[in-house]
Amino acid sequence: MIIQNTTFPVAALPRYFDRRSASAKTGLHLLMAAITSMFLLFFLSYILRSQVADWHALSEPWQPLGQTNQLWFNSALLILASVALELTRWSLNQPEQGNSRELMWLVGLATLGFLIGQLTFWSYLASRGYFAATNPANAFFYLLTGLHGLHLFGGLVAWCIASVRLQRVRRQPSQKSLYLAKLSIDLCATYWHFLLLLWLLLFTLLSSSPGTYAAIAEFCGFGG
Amino acid sequence: MVYADDAEHEQLHDPKSFWRKYIWSQDHKVIAIQYSLIAIGIGLVALVLSALMRMQIGFPGSINMNATEYYQAMTMHGMIMVIYLLTALFLGGFGNYLIPLMVGARDMVFPFVNMLSVWFYFLSVIILVASFFVPGGPTGAGWTLYPPQAITAGTPGSEWGIVLMLVSLIIFIVAATMGGLNYVTTVLQARTHGMTMFRLPLTVWGIFVATILALLAFPALFVSGIMMLLDQTIGTSFFMPDMLQFGIKTDYTGGSPILFQHLFWFFGHPEVYIVALPAFGLVSDLISVHARRSIFGYRMMVWAIVSIGGLSFVVWAHHMYVSGMNPYFGFFFAVTTLVIAVPTALKVYNWVLTLWRGNIHLTVPMLFSLAFIVTFLVGGLTGLFLGNVVVDIPLSDTYFVVAHFHMVMGVAPILVVFGAIYHWYPKITGRMLHDGIGKLHFWITFLGTYLIYFPMHYLGIQGMPRRYYLSDGYQFIPDSAQSLNEFITVVAIIVGVSQLLFIFNLFYSAYRGAPSGGNPWCACSLEWLTPDTPPKHGNWGASLPVVHRWPYDYAVPGAELDYVPQTTPANQVPVHESDHDEIVSPN
Repeated sequence: MIIQNTTFPVAALPRYFDRRSASAKTGLHLLMAAITSMFLLFFLSYILRSQVADWHALSEPWQPLGQTNQLWFNSALLILASVALELTRWSLNQPEQGNSRELMWLVGLATLGFLIGQLTFWSYLASRGYFAATNPANAFFYLLTGLHGLHLFGGLVAWCIASVRLQRVRRQPSQKSLYLAKLSIDLCATYWHFLLLLWLLLFTLLSSSPGTYAAIAEFCGFGG
Repeated sequence: MVYADDAEHEQLHDPKSFWRKYIWSQDHKVIAIQYSLIAIGIGLVALVLSALMRMQIGFPGSINMNATEYYQAMTMHGMIMVIYLLTALFLGGFGNYLIPLMVGARDMVFPFVNMLSVWFYFLSVIILVASFFVPGGPTGAGWTLYPPQAITAGTPGSEWGIVLMLVSLIIFIVAATMGGLNYVTTVLQARTHGMTMFRLPLTVWGIFVATILALLAFPALFVSGIMMLLDQTIGTSFFMPDMLQFGIKTDYTGGSPILFQHLFWFFGHPEVYIVALPAFGLVSDLISVHARRSIFGYRMMVWAIVSIGGLSFVVWAHHMYVSGMNPYFGFFFAVTTLVIAVPTALKVYNWVLTLWRGNIHLTVPMLFSLAFIVTFLVGGLTGLFLGNVVVDIPLSDTYFVVAHFHMVMGVAPILVVFGAIYHWYPKITGRMLHDGIGKLHFWITFLGTYLIYFPMHYLGIQGMPRRYYLSDGYQFIPDSAQSLNEFITVVAIIVGVSQLLFIFNLFYSAYRGAPSGGNPWCACSLEWLTPDTPPKHGNWGASLPVVHRWPYDYAVPGAELDYVPQTTPANQVPVHESDHDEIVSPN
């Protein structure tokens, strides 16, 4: 409220930007710490639960995760989104902000593509009879990918704000509008890289063999 | 400091309409009051539930309460008191009000998120209250909500009640996270000129570290809540084992109830310190101000808060000794539990040493602070008993445990809450709370709680189990236990009703209290130095305060007054920021 209704001299802009930027980045890092804590606890629960006899791992060769082409394709889309965000940041420093607007569209489309790809894999699982209530391995798969997807979906709200701000740079070019667009895109980039890393960890965990789970469980002291 | 450099050049636009000013407000002070009123409101519900339980225990059958209702009252009482009252009041109430004022900021750094936080909290409380009105009533699984019984037929509220409880908790966690991001970022980024981390009042340190604990520990409750919700609603088996329900096999397979316990207590133990650390911080400030004495060992106090916070993540399984675990784990958790007593004891010593040779004013906030030290000590000492596996196992699930945790994390923090409200009420309203009513409230509450909880230690050692609806007919419970229970109930009702004195005082003094002026306690910290009392939107008028010293310069030799505000420059009174109690004379 204080920030939005502010009038300030142009000379104060860099400071103003520094301040908003520092606060927003600290806030985002704290949020990522909380999300990390949550997924870490999910991972530990996953490993512990995987050691009970009723667990049917999805990663055996004849199971759905024996073939991970779809998930690799989804991963490629998310990597593309992250790379496009980095390119957007780079383009913002080019004259007329380079191709940043097109690149931002690419970020959005690649992210949406990832989410649709995940849902496609869900429907594939369901079509083969792998429902959440059938086995804890299935339930964990839906739960973890679902929560990851929800976080990414939340990120799309931030992406919308960043895109609007980027358009505003063209319509109302000023130092302030450029700063705000840069800040939003910086924050998006951090968050997207974080969610990409989280997804790659998740993908590794979900597609590992039961022997790997047993070894991790043994290491963590859960072993039977 | 970038924030401070720039914040004073900004123009503030005060909200004009009633709705923007008092309802959808983004002002941290209004949000703090909203948080506090909601928390106190729902806390009164929990107080009534405890009175109903005590009537059943002391005078069985007198209020026509059945076993189901007893379990529901017990569960809701525990959950409300721990989460919806204490956590919300310390972080959402005191955190919101005091952090920006104490660090010299105009507001929280994300005011809109702050507003969302309080409304999410309100929504979580509404959902919690709604569970009283759904078929089957609220959950009666005990505040720990252990599966499998929490979602198994036969447990009160195992269909609707538990679902609403879990949904409410999940929303509460979202609210607490949004608030938490604000509190930590504000402390890190929005401090005014000269306000270094080691010039922050201990109140801010306590709330700051507690909030970091909340950000990292609440996810454990979130994780367990989500998984239990799925077990209940769509029939997954995260926690639910192969089991029979009324003799019929359920569809659940192989889930791990112990996994839930680990997750729950990985949240649950830091939660104790999410409540205790702000109390430690607040009481340090109260003691220092009302004893006119600089806090003893400031830096030691800060590091004690930080190390207690860190250790609180590695003690959780001491709540699970009777669940069974590898003996080496039991040994590990017993050791960490006893180690956490070291920084905690250090804090108690430092409070006492702050009082030593101080000019103690027995004001109402000081009375509550002294009561806190004693109560926390008593509650903490019984914690040393329970931290040892061999002592805990026979005492587990007895009234000894009930007495322990009520003393250490129920009564002790609540005494600080009362003391802190008596202390900061003049800043919030511009008027003093009535002193006579305050003292009456203090003595009834302080003596009353001892009359309630001391005998419970004895009952526990006798083996009287907690959570029992009726205790007659057990050979190991002597008849005298019933007389003691009657006595406890009578005192509990008196103490419960006496809280109306406090509520009355809050409302009465808001209109009739003596005008307080800006700094009635002659305190040094920034919140007392605002140009207006109560502080206006933006807190500081045209320019932000400039800090030159720590907030505990009381009775400085050579100084004109017995307190030196944080904004006093060094050329007027020399600065000596030491972590011990001696102030170097200017000569």
